[in-house]
Amino acid sequence: MSDPRENRPPHVGGRPDEKKEHNQMPMGGRPGGGPPGGRPGMPIEKPKDAKKTFHRLISYMKPFWFQLVIAILSIIIITAGNLVAIKMIGDTLDTHIANFDPAGLLRACLIMLAIYGMNSFLTWLQSYLMLWVGQEVVAKIRGELADKFQKLPLKYFDQNSAGDLMSRVTNDVDSISTSLNTSISQVFQSAISVISTLAFMLYLSIPLTIASVVCIPLMFFLTRFIAGKSRKFYKEKQDKLGRLNGHIEEYISGQKVVKVFCKEDDVKKEFAVLNDDLLGVGIKAEIFSGVIGPIMGTINNITYAIIVVTGGLMMIYGFPMTLGTISNFIIYAKQITRPINELANQINSMMSAFAGAERVFEVLDVEDEPEDVKDAVILKDIRGDVVLEGVNFAYEPGRPILKNINLYANAGQTIALVGPTGAGKTTIINLLTRFYDIESGKITIDGVDLYDLQKANLRSHIGIVLQDTYLFTSTIKENIRYGRLDATDAEIKEAAKLANAHEFIKHIPKGYDSVLADGGSNLSHGQRQMIAIARAILANPSILILDEATSSVDTQTEAKIQGAMNNLMKGRTNFVIAHRLSTIKDADLIAVINGGEIIERGTHNTLMEKQGFYYNLYSSQFDEDGHSNMKKIQGESE
Amino acid sequence: MKVILEYLKPYRLFVVLAPMFMVLEAGIELLLPKIMTKMIEYGVGNGDIGYVAKMGTTMVLLSLVGIMGGVLCLACAAKVSQTVGRDLRKDLFTKIQSFSFRNIDTFQTPSLITRLTNDITQIQMVILMSLRMLIRAPILCFGSIIMAFTIDAKMAIIFVVAFALLMLVTAVIMKQAAPRFMRVQNKLDAVNTVMRECLAGIRVVKAFMRNEYEIEKFSNANDEYKEASIGAFRLVLMIMPLMMIILNGSLVVILWVGGYAVDAGTLQVQSIIAFNTYLIQMLMAVMMLAMVFLSMSRAKVSFERVLEIFAEEVDIQNPKNPVTAEGSDGSIVFENVSFSYGENSENSILENISFTIKGGETIGILGETGSGKSTLVNLIPRLYDVTAGRILVDGIDVKNQTLEELRKKVSVVLQETILFSGSIRSNIKWGNPDATDEEMYEAAKAAKAHEFIMGFPEGYDTHLGQRGVNVSGGQKQRISIARALLQKPEIIIFDDSTSAVDAITEKNIRDSLQTAHKNTTKIIIAQRIASVKDADQIIVLKDGKINAIGCHNVLMSTSEEYQAIFDSQTKKGVIFHE
Repeated sequence: MSDPRENRPPHVGGRPDEKKEHNQMPMGGRPGGGPPGGRPGMPIEKPKDAKKTFHRLISYMKPFWFQLVIAILSIIIITAGNLVAIKMIGDTLDTHIANFDPAGLLRACLIMLAIYGMNSFLTWLQSYLMLWVGQEVVAKIRGELADKFQKLPLKYFDQNSAGDLMSRVTNDVDSISTSLNTSISQVFQSAISVISTLAFMLYLSIPLTIASVVCIPLMFFLTRFIAGKSRKFYKEKQDKLGRLNGHIEEYISGQKVVKVFCKEDDVKKEFAVLNDDLLGVGIKAEIFSGVIGPIMGTINNITYAIIVVTGGLMMIYGFPMTLGTISNFIIYAKQITRPINELANQINSMMSAFAGAERVFEVLDVEDEPEDVKDAVILKDIRGDVVLEGVNFAYEPGRPILKNINLYANAGQTIALVGPTGAGKTTIINLLTRFYDIESGKITIDGVDLYDLQKANLRSHIGIVLQDTYLFTSTIKENIRYGRLDATDAEIKEAAKLANAHEFIKHIPKGYDSVLADGGSNLSHGQRQMIAIARAILANPSILILDEATSSVDTQTEAKIQGAMNNLMKGRTNFVIAHRLSTIKDADLIAVINGGEIIERGTHNTLMEKQGFYYNLYSSQFDEDGHSNMKKIQGESE
Repeated sequence: MKVILEYLKPYRLFVVLAPMFMVLEAGIELLLPKIMTKMIEYGVGNGDIGYVAKMGTTMVLLSLVGIMGGVLCLACAAKVSQTVGRDLRKDLFTKIQSFSFRNIDTFQTPSLITRLTNDITQIQMVILMSLRMLIRAPILCFGSIIMAFTIDAKMAIIFVVAFALLMLVTAVIMKQAAPRFMRVQNKLDAVNTVMRECLAGIRVVKAFMRNEYEIEKFSNANDEYKEASIGAFRLVLMIMPLMMIILNGSLVVILWVGGYAVDAGTLQVQSIIAFNTYLIQMLMAVMMLAMVFLSMSRAKVSFERVLEIFAEEVDIQNPKNPVTAEGSDGSIVFENVSFSYGENSENSILENISFTIKGGETIGILGETGSGKSTLVNLIPRLYDVTAGRILVDGIDVKNQTLEELRKKVSVVLQETILFSGSIRSNIKWGNPDATDEEMYEAAKAAKAHEFIMGFPEGYDTHLGQRGVNVSGGQKQRISIARALLQKPEIIIFDDSTSAVDAITEKNIRDSLQTAHKNTTKIIIAQRIASVKDADQIIVLKDGKINAIGCHNVLMSTSEEYQAIFDSQTKKGVIFHE
């Protein structure tokens, strides 16, 4: 129900770009999933290279060539059968009925029944085969996308919104699916049907054929004219609807602020303007997109009249013409006008599917995370000596984020990275885990160059707890097990105990089997964090990274987590990023980073004595000197 | 149903006209085969060219009249559906605007948005369709049958049988298909959930090297979705072949029975042709009906979802006899206040809270997550209503003040920062559009936002994306603080609203508030003791109760809880021994 495509028009006015336009609200999609984000700069959706995309889609269908051949054969037989059966109706009228012949009539009827029976079966077979192939292909494409997402470098995810990627998996793949299931076989079917019917009609009677097609140019012209108008109004309508929906989205999401500021009336007024604005163009768009139906019906009726009059006159003037032929042509005429009508639509929907396919292939063609080097080293156990030497890095060329970073962490040491937002702390972490690759310099672990290590091996030795813990929709148990898939339930419980999570998990009705909805939104921040810590404990890495792991929990919870954290940090090399400096005071080394450089380094005490950047940062969190501050308060309250 | 009639009422003229125009169009479509039979019978039969020409012209003219009917019907239907859609949307939006926090919590924001957008569109579409097809389909369907009866009653029975079969097949398959499509939807949701989570948690996935595991998980969901889709569509695929065999079978039967009738002299050959035309028309009509019912059943769900919103009772409303405070001072009194979200007070969030705040004081509130801090402050501007007890602002019960007046006096900077698309200027001035630029600068300076705003190339005219995506979290928080300050409230509440602001800036904000907004009552919810240490009173909340209240040094000596928090943040105060 929440599919934005529901807003598509039911009629011919439907163009491939419309479903996307709906989402092109001025602000783009909501961050983090939800409806797919707009794709600015793509107002009209046409595949860039339809042929290439088609070939690529075909290559997915290759394994099913047998089913496809059967389906195509079915279509040809169905078309032929139809033509023959219709012809037989006319012939029967003219011969067996006009000069009554019971035996001939019965025979003809039985043959027709047989043909129709076969046709029905083949129709079913054909559509079933297409469905089968379509679903298999789409499932394969979807699977490849999922595979691909696992292989893409993190950079790709930082640059592309999750909403946009989601839209490729859902909307774009869906449109491929519809296209494969119906459009392609229909286009094929229509084409075969039109051509063979026309040929057959010409063979039966040239004058009646002309009578049947005389209105087609008119129809063409009218359709094009109306479609043009309809497109214009529809685009306008989609723009206005987009603006209206954007307003709804924004202000319903921000409803609580609206309430706080008592701005309901203003918001309602703005809404009413947009809402009324939509009305006029909405009606016009609806009329123009709906009008093609009645017009086609009327032209069909006129054609009907022309055929009957032409046939009738021919009979009167003694030209070779029978009632049976007239009857045939009435049916034939319908058979060719309908596909011609629909062909344009089907091709449009195919094109939009191709455009969708292109976007999907675009993702599939992005370069993977760099492969491991040949003969990559696999370290079974590591001590955890980490060295960064002269490391430089930039996300975008020319805008360096890290400049000449040198850091030495001996096994078992705790290194704290401190500094303002954007200083480059998290970037260092991204380099250690090889989420990003350095520009120059060298990183080694136990003396081995990071880039000589197998990536999977490297990451198996590193554990990470992030500020925004991501938990999956699954049970608590499974979320902890994520750290090590072969862990037993007992080990999971053990890890949870060390993480101080066991207590609260016990109190949830279903305990470890409680299902976490929607990324764990039914747990508090602190609880989520403790689960993440349990997950990291279970993974038992030699190197641990805590990136603002406790920043978003209150200090009392933090105190609890701190205990868990100390358990976790024991005997490992730790990299800690923290806003709250109280949490890192015991670090073996504190590196103060600003503007991509390490500007101070030392222990808490040495840095405090130095009275530099760190000292200022620290003091601001604890309000000048504690003692004098106490006195001040006492003085005021007395 | 009654509600929808209410909405249709203002446009009843068009509601009545649309089907009438449709009757015209459908009627003509029904007449044409009949005229054709006449033309062949008298015109061709007697070689009367004039009659043939006359009937031919009549058919063309009638067709043209038909198109008028069709287009006019469409115009009326479009007008009604779009206008009703607009009205419905407007009323729905208005209703949602009257919702209290509690109402919003009940429905959840995404659900509200879907109802306002997709559900309304769905309803609009079905109104349009109903006004056109719901009349057209039965007219064509039963009209065809009736026309068949006027030609030959005995043969028309074939129509009735075919009709019954068609309806039966459609009904059975659609009934069977519905649950299968539900399953497809569920499986699709599952696929999307796995994918969305995988994208959102990509760092975790990569860090733990769980790529294979995720692929496996996805591939299972993907396969299940594929199976479900094939299962559902397989059934629907049967409709077309079955309809074809029924239609074509009937055609053959008409031919066969008709053959004997023609021989017996009770039927004309051209009547068989007319029969065939009517039969096809009937089939089309049945298919159309099936489609209409399908979308109606979907729209019904949408409509029910919309009705749910209309039915929701708004729990916070303006008092009947509001009292205006004389000379406001910004004082707040809690008297035995209790609060629970549920109907019955089993899970009470706040219990028996009493305290007094004098105008101009600064109050700090500390407590663990879930201890009720946010709830407590949300009660002051009546974002929620107390379950028991009362709250006085300026000496008057908040329930006796108008919401407008109360919320103008009390400004809350919410925990979740929400900015709207538009310039920074329009965002800051949002709460007080009449403010001058000078006042805006002042507020921004107090919120320590002025400097970074001026750092943007376009300064205050910098455009913010939806929900302010192109500024950092801390900057957003500061803009929203400026927005609240510009409202010049007597009481301002910071609900942990500097969490993303670094410590130095936060201290500067506190200092500037102290000087620039000396007389404003300030309530600060915070995590860091440093944020509230200078407050006149600090309230320590625990499990919805006041655990301790007093100023910093009193609490240091009396409250173990407070000391524990202090210790946890200062590591037993070691830091002070410099």
